[in-house]
Amino acid sequence: MTLGLINANPVVHAKKKRVARPLDDPHADDAVDPLEIYDYVRDIRDPEHPYSLEQLSVLSEESITVDEKLGRILITFTPTIQHCSMATVIGLCLREKLKDCFPAHFKVDIKVAPGSHADEEAVNKQLNDKERVAAALENPNLRQLVTECLYSSEL
Amino acid sequence: MSLVDESFELKELQVLEGHADRVWSVAWKPATGFDGVPAVLASCSGDKTVRVWEQSPSSGSFQCKAVLEETHTRTVRSCAWSPSGKLLATASFDATTAVWEHVGDDYECVSTLEGHENEVKSISWNASGSLLATCGRDKSVWIWEVLPGNEFECVSVLQGHTQDVKMVQWHPNMDILFSCSYDNTIKVWAEDGDDDWHCVQTLAEANNGHTSTVWALSFNATGDKMATCSDDLTLKIWGSDLLTIQSGNGSAPWKHICTLSGYHDRTIFSVHWSREGIIASGAADDAIRLFAEDGDG
Repeated sequence: MTLGLINANPVVHAKKKRVARPLDDPHADDAVDPLEIYDYVRDIRDPEHPYSLEQLSVLSEESITVDEKLGRILITFTPTIQHCSMATVIGLCLREKLKDCFPAHFKVDIKVAPGSHADEEAVNKQLNDKERVAAALENPNLRQLVTECLYSSEL
Repeated sequence: MSLVDESFELKELQVLEGHADRVWSVAWKPATGFDGVPAVLASCSGDKTVRVWEQSPSSGSFQCKAVLEETHTRTVRSCAWSPSGKLLATASFDATTAVWEHVGDDYECVSTLEGHENEVKSISWNASGSLLATCGRDKSVWIWEVLPGNEFECVSVLQGHTQDVKMVQWHPNMDILFSCSYDNTIKVWAEDGDDDWHCVQTLAEANNGHTSTVWALSFNATGDKMATCSDDLTLKIWGSDLLTIQSGNGSAPWKHICTLSGYHDRTIFSVHWSREGIIASGAADDAIRLFAEDGDG
């Protein structure tokens, strides 16, 4: 059953307890909250395994940093193994999921955690090339895979 | 070079709405916008269409005159008018380049250029309109000859870039082709005689070149200077000897003149050198900057 998977035995972690945000939170609408962004992405399913990115420790709360003043968001993710060929797919999933999540002037950078991937520079360059990302998301096969990762949230 | 910010002011005239997705590129139609001829603009989009807008002589506002659709099956990435304005070429992520002709009130697709293996990113017509160049993610640059009856024939497929080619641009007066790429270099291509095109120069990091993807390039009016912009957050100015270029005598090498840094803090996607000598740059930091050469050069 696990024939052909690049990382056949990923380490799976328990899902972290979710903190419910109070309904009368005064800061509900203004700021761009890293935890809110994390909530959007933590359940994205890994392209290869039936677990979420959070469960595989590909993402954690610390993955998201926001600079309100500059209007920048940085998401750093850790592929499960150094030669993960799904790293760009995970990056695409993150971009697509977050597409309409915050004010238009916010710029998003997506990178693999330093030292976590053999082709770190090459992967980062692709993930942050607006034209490459747009073209990739138009590719029907990639689109299909991204859709599956984003919408199979029966976890 | 200095930023002359007193004399130049950009004022937004109008917002053109109509496209249903991101607009990637625009192109002014040649020989329009002066002498009583209303200005015409083409825009292309992720919605797979191209729109042609015309300025109304009475109100001054631009209206959409045509929507070129049902041809490209993916994002239309860039568009370019032929020097005479008779034809409009459009490059698409669907791996084709379409050529359109203004017929009556509408535009008709008169030719489709196939050959690239994947996304076509840029097109450029040479000064005389006899050649068309295209480039794309397949790392190649194609040169097409324009034949009578809207026929196009591929005369050369140029390999050399090691990554996605972002833009191609013909020299304003000579049939010398320039391309810039995700491989961080700019390449100069010239013909050796009978359709034998090859790379005569590569401007790389070692030649004071860019250290990341080069997104665009633009020539000054005389064609002896070129501006390039990059993901490395800089603009670079290059120069060559005008007389040597014009003599067509072998290669006129391009040399780095200066680097403009610190003006944009995110990828600079586009640069254009106007006929009056102003360089405009557009970047992912949501800023457009205008540069002019100060008195000392």
